[in-house]
Amino acid sequence: MNISESLAVETSERLLREQCTDTVLAAADAGIWQQALWEQLTEFGLPVALVGEDQGGIDLRIAEAFAIFRLAGQVALPLPIVETVLGNWLLSRAGLEPFEGPVSLVDGTALSLSAKNDGWHLSGGAPRVPWGRRADIVVLVGGKVARVGRKGVTVSEGTNIADEPRDGLAFDAQLENAAVADLPGKTDLMAVLAAARCNQMAGAMERVFELATAYALEREQFGRPLAKFQAIQQNLAVLAEQVAASNAAAEMAAEAVEGEIGRIAVAAAKTRVGEAAGIAASIAHQVVGAMGVTEEFSLHHLTRRLWSWREEYGNETYWAREIGQATAKLGPDALWPAITAV
Amino acid sequence: MDSLKFSPPPVSKAAEDLRLEVRAFLKDALAGQTATEKAQSWNGHSPEFSRLVGKQGWLGMTWPKQYGGQERSALERYVVVEEMLAAGAPVSAHWIAERQSGPTLLRYGTQAQRDEILPKILRGECYFAIGMSEPNSGSDLASVQTRAVKTDGGFVVNGSKIWTSNAHLSHYMILFCRTDARSEDRHSGHSQFLVDMKTPGLEIRPILFSTGEHQFNEVFFKDMFLPDAALIGEMGQGWKQVTGELSFERSGPDRFLTSFAAVKGLSGRIGTEPDDRGAIALGRIVAHLMVLRRMSRSIAGMLEDDLDPALQAAIVKDLGTSLEQEIPEIARQIIAVEPGEGADGELEAMLDYIIQHAPTFSLRGGTREILRGIIARGAGLR
Repeated sequence: MNISESLAVETSERLLREQCTDTVLAAADAGIWQQALWEQLTEFGLPVALVGEDQGGIDLRIAEAFAIFRLAGQVALPLPIVETVLGNWLLSRAGLEPFEGPVSLVDGTALSLSAKNDGWHLSGGAPRVPWGRRADIVVLVGGKVARVGRKGVTVSEGTNIADEPRDGLAFDAQLENAAVADLPGKTDLMAVLAAARCNQMAGAMERVFELATAYALEREQFGRPLAKFQAIQQNLAVLAEQVAASNAAAEMAAEAVEGEIGRIAVAAAKTRVGEAAGIAASIAHQVVGAMGVTEEFSLHHLTRRLWSWREEYGNETYWAREIGQATAKLGPDALWPAITAV
Repeated sequence: MDSLKFSPPPVSKAAEDLRLEVRAFLKDALAGQTATEKAQSWNGHSPEFSRLVGKQGWLGMTWPKQYGGQERSALERYVVVEEMLAAGAPVSAHWIAERQSGPTLLRYGTQAQRDEILPKILRGECYFAIGMSEPNSGSDLASVQTRAVKTDGGFVVNGSKIWTSNAHLSHYMILFCRTDARSEDRHSGHSQFLVDMKTPGLEIRPILFSTGEHQFNEVFFKDMFLPDAALIGEMGQGWKQVTGELSFERSGPDRFLTSFAAVKGLSGRIGTEPDDRGAIALGRIVAHLMVLRRMSRSIAGMLEDDLDPALQAAIVKDLGTSLEQEIPEIARQIIAVEPGEGADGELEAMLDYIIQHAPTFSLRGGTREILRGIIARGAGLR
């Protein structure tokens, strides 16, 4: 199926574009939870996008969900839809019940889950969990999904550059047996989340390009629109190239999640998209001038997210090093076969 | 802007099987290559190798069977091409004929032209030069002055072409020139012709590259007679035809793999347990290549579906050649090398060649500035 023909993607696009207004974004920046918007997303079924119909979900394909993540990035959606969709996806795959409200996800590599008192005990700390203060928590630890919720979770609040909640969580949680289950198959949660951020960033860059282009066509200096100056055209063309590369990379990452191809495709995508994010933000701000750094002009909702998201779940340095170590280890003659394997 | 989306590249089991076959062939065929030969990429000229590839059935493999082609997919051709480039195969002799001249003849040529030329290209025996740039028409291709004037039974051509790679080693040129006097619309009044390089009135003069290599030429036409049968396509439609040709020229893996030998060289030098700087540098290049490859294969899919990927091709070429040019600079940031031909290491010899040729990467096939202008037009800025 072609993603552009997906009804769910099309409907999401309309909903997000109509509802995610500048007013909503400004309120979210001030730390106000956008309940009305969340309810609309819930009504449409987005939180259970990847949950089977038998569990009350809408059973989208992974590629469709990631296309919706891209749209969420386009509008700078100030809600944890990515975390909720993926959290409920893990729960349903493990045979656990999805949460009704917002969900956040913790890669529990550094946490400890042990059998205790006829159930399980989860302990340890997780830094910078998106919407950790507000969401029900799902933890993937040692191949098991733990449906934690909020009990036994202590929060120390923080935010990222874009004022999105990124909270430190300390776990001292006693869980019932029925709240923990094995996750069938192998899921590299960090890679899945990195792939999701790639798609959000690609979407945000598409919108950044639109805003910068529209501004250049409208704003006049020296008696003509900025868009008529070759220097501006050339810079916007470079921005367009970065958007195109990011779109391709984001799709590559989504495909890798769907096909369980493994980390290297996601690593390459996050490296490439993260690099593009910096270039795109820089060019757009240059074109838009001082207006672009004001609260009232919406560019910053996108660029501040780009500057945040490129660091999350591995930045360019992290992933490029991993790719470099893995490919160098195989030696120069295996380099090309490694590239064509993706 | 929809052209900023690249549809997912087609997947083909046949293409992946073919890949292994090509790899095995190249391992034998390229044994004993020097470092400089590896670095030459698609500038390496070997009619012997081209004939060998033709014998394998790997030239013009997408073309109709009636000309000896195999009607295989654009993706299969793509695999052959990228494997050749990644291995540093000397593909230059057949390169232009197979990449763009043959496809142009297939699309616009007369039956006689196709019957005569295509089978020879397929065998790796017939090589082409590009007749586009002129001394006063580089980026501004539409302003060419070379003119073919209608006469009894044909045309008389006067003018000249420049930067004609391998004109002295080619059998034919596809000549792009004016057939009408300058009109209001600067994109009309051009035509394309099939020119035998032995035609009386055609003279080739070498232009030496700064390294002393002879690849470029200037080609002069003095009262050169071309029969009516030499016209390709429709008279006056040359601009439309030539821009189609440019999509073939701009989107392929030759626009991001030219420096690949140096990437392998860098990998060898940082070793199997690289430090952070080496690993990060190599990893970043690999990430870029993986994404460019995906974009380029997506365009191969568009060509297969008869879509016009002119804008996407411009994007891939600018991103790709920028990376190709960055690669030697990255290598020398990681390894303290002094490039030189007689130097000890392979990487030194490769960088010697690549650094001196890198400026051409973003010139030939459309300069960086022209490509960005095309992209800006696509975005509605001009």
